Amino acid sequence: MKPKTTKVETTRKKKKGFLLRLYIAGQTPRSLAALVNLKRICSEHLDGKKYRLEVIDLVKHPQLAHEDEILAIPTLVRSLPVPIRKIIGDLSNLERVLVGLDPDGALQRGKLARV
Amino acid sequence: MPKRPQRSLETKSLPKAPTGISGLDEVSFGGLPRGRTTIVCGGPGCGKTMLGLEFIVRGAIEYNEPGVVLAFEETVAEMTRNVASLGFDLKDLIRRKKLFMEYVHIEPREIQETGEYDLEGLFIRVQNAVETVGAKRVMLDTLEALFSGFPNEGILRAEIRRLFRWLKDRNLSTVVTAEKGDGTLTRHGLEEYVSDCVILLDHRINEQVSTRRMRIVKYRGTRHGADEYPFLIDEDGISVLPITSMELHHSVSAQRIVSGVADLDAMLDGKGFYRGSSVMVSGTAGSGKTTMASTFAEASCQRAERCLFIGLEESDHQVARNMKSVGIDLQKWVRKGLLVHEAWRPTQYGMEMHLLRIHKLIEKVRPRAVVIDPVSNLINSTSRREVQSMLTRLIDYMKSAQITFLFTSLIHGGTALERTDEGISSLIDTWISLRDVELNGERNHVLHVLKSRGMAHSNQLREFVLTARGIQLRPPYVGPAGVLTGTSRLSQEARENADAVARQQDIERKRSEVQRKRRALEAQIEALKTEFSAEEKGLERDLEQFLKVQTQVTLNRAQMARSRNAGSRAAKKGARK
Repeated sequence: MKPKTTKVETTRKKKKGFLLRLYIAGQTPRSLAALVNLKRICSEHLDGKKYRLEVIDLVKHPQLAHEDEILAIPTLVRSLPVPIRKIIGDLSNLERVLVGLDPDGALQRGKLARV
Repeated sequence: MPKRPQRSLETKSLPKAPTGISGLDEVSFGGLPRGRTTIVCGGPGCGKTMLGLEFIVRGAIEYNEPGVVLAFEETVAEMTRNVASLGFDLKDLIRRKKLFMEYVHIEPREIQETGEYDLEGLFIRVQNAVETVGAKRVMLDTLEALFSGFPNEGILRAEIRRLFRWLKDRNLSTVVTAEKGDGTLTRHGLEEYVSDCVILLDHRINEQVSTRRMRIVKYRGTRHGADEYPFLIDEDGISVLPITSMELHHSVSAQRIVSGVADLDAMLDGKGFYRGSSVMVSGTAGSGKTTMASTFAEASCQRAERCLFIGLEESDHQVARNMKSVGIDLQKWVRKGLLVHEAWRPTQYGMEMHLLRIHKLIEKVRPRAVVIDPVSNLINSTSRREVQSMLTRLIDYMKSAQITFLFTSLIHGGTALERTDEGISSLIDTWISLRDVELNGERNHVLHVLKSRGMAHSNQLREFVLTARGIQLRPPYVGPAGVLTGTSRLSQEARENADAVARQQDIERKRSEVQRKRRALEAQIEALKTEFSAEEKGLERDLEQFLKVQTQVTLNRAQMARSRNAGSRAAKKGARK
């Protein structure tokens, strides 16, 4: 686990990749579970796609919660592609995570109905 | 204002955080519970956010307790703009680290629930905010937003309960706003978690006039006012109107002040009104009430005592113009700062708004006398009891501040003189009734002191006129037919004058008659005297003559005797004789 503290990229050009931020609060079991789940989902469903994953520990950097307006922990924020999606919970519900992540852009294109 | 007596009970009850909101600290007996959470609930537009913001901002400015505002509905910029008109500079407070404001945007469509979670993010943010400024007060506006954003109510409620405990553990005085539910205090039943204090705000429209009410539904651990209190929101923020005193302990003054009409003072035991008393001037339309009120105001100014004149019927310029015609220059006193003349339309606001506005004016101006003309305009369509209650509060408040209060009341023609619409005759100390008396095709003004507590007042009906030198009372005329006024009095007076003149002339005539007779008599006496003295002289002369003759006769006899030589003896006798 590499807690990074990168700032938000203000330039949002048309990137094809995914920018994912996982907000956690300390090394709680739930946070760890979320991370594990996330890594698995990324490797399984974002395979072949460009993605960048950041893990932000709010206990260490509380002021960063303001940026993405985090209330729930854990929260996975899909900053890119737009629109921003917030996926809260330990990511154990795969279906919901996928709807939120929308890796194939199917939702984007209106092909999948939103759950 | 006299201080409320300190009661020892208060120190044993809950410690409180003063709000700085006018009236609320009185109603809650000290403020909101310190270190606990207060829910402020109500419908949209009730003023919940305003109350919370004032609590935080005044806490920071007036009580040196920095605060945190976590807003879920309005942005920081919006809030800053909203309170800028109150004179609160939020940007400055933030800069000085007295205030921390954060806007949390919850967009439900953005959120996907995918398993277990908690709201630790919220906690972290609140903690961060509190630590940044060392806050003692927190406001959450509004927690309802969380319910729309996070569909799992179970988790949400648990977390909210945890949050309140968290805030309590850190001794943070918190205000949480919530929407009023149908039949419940809050839509999501937040009041179950917050058992310390719940304030309900209400904003209702009563016959097109909006009134705001506040009620402390629950305040555990302390006594509080349990009634509904009217409040208003204006350029100074929220003002709550509590009843000023539960008991009737006013200090009273025995000082007397003049009314401005010297003859009226004469009717009031020669001295005028008691300072701090309440005076009602009632009368039908056009009977001179405003003139009487203005005269009183001027008298106050002439004593260099500030007077507050509140007009609810005519604009201040109109009143000033009208009063000029009776020789009262109100503008002069306004310029000197001794008279504050405010006027507004009574239909604009509800009763409470009027009352509050008057309260605030009095607090600002600090007058020794207050005039309200007319009070009867405030009745519009609210109930009698409300008016009574309102006037009671006003009179109470003024008495405790030793302010002499004169107000006028319009009586509609046809109603009994002693009945007033407001039913407040028992509240006033002095009641001056102005009446128009109709007789012989004209109406004349008559004044009558119906009651005046604490003094021997005249019971006469006095006629008065409005002249260029103000109100002038005519000397009382009571003829055989009762009180007469106007031309009938004049004609009666003229008749009496004529009678008097006639009698006078009679007397003069008789007097001169007597004198004539005396002179005649004296002349007679003179004549008699003269006659008598002439006679007297005559008689004296005669007597003299007679004596002369007698002496001559005696001499002649002696001579004869001598010449006869009647004997030497006879001669010697004669010579010796």
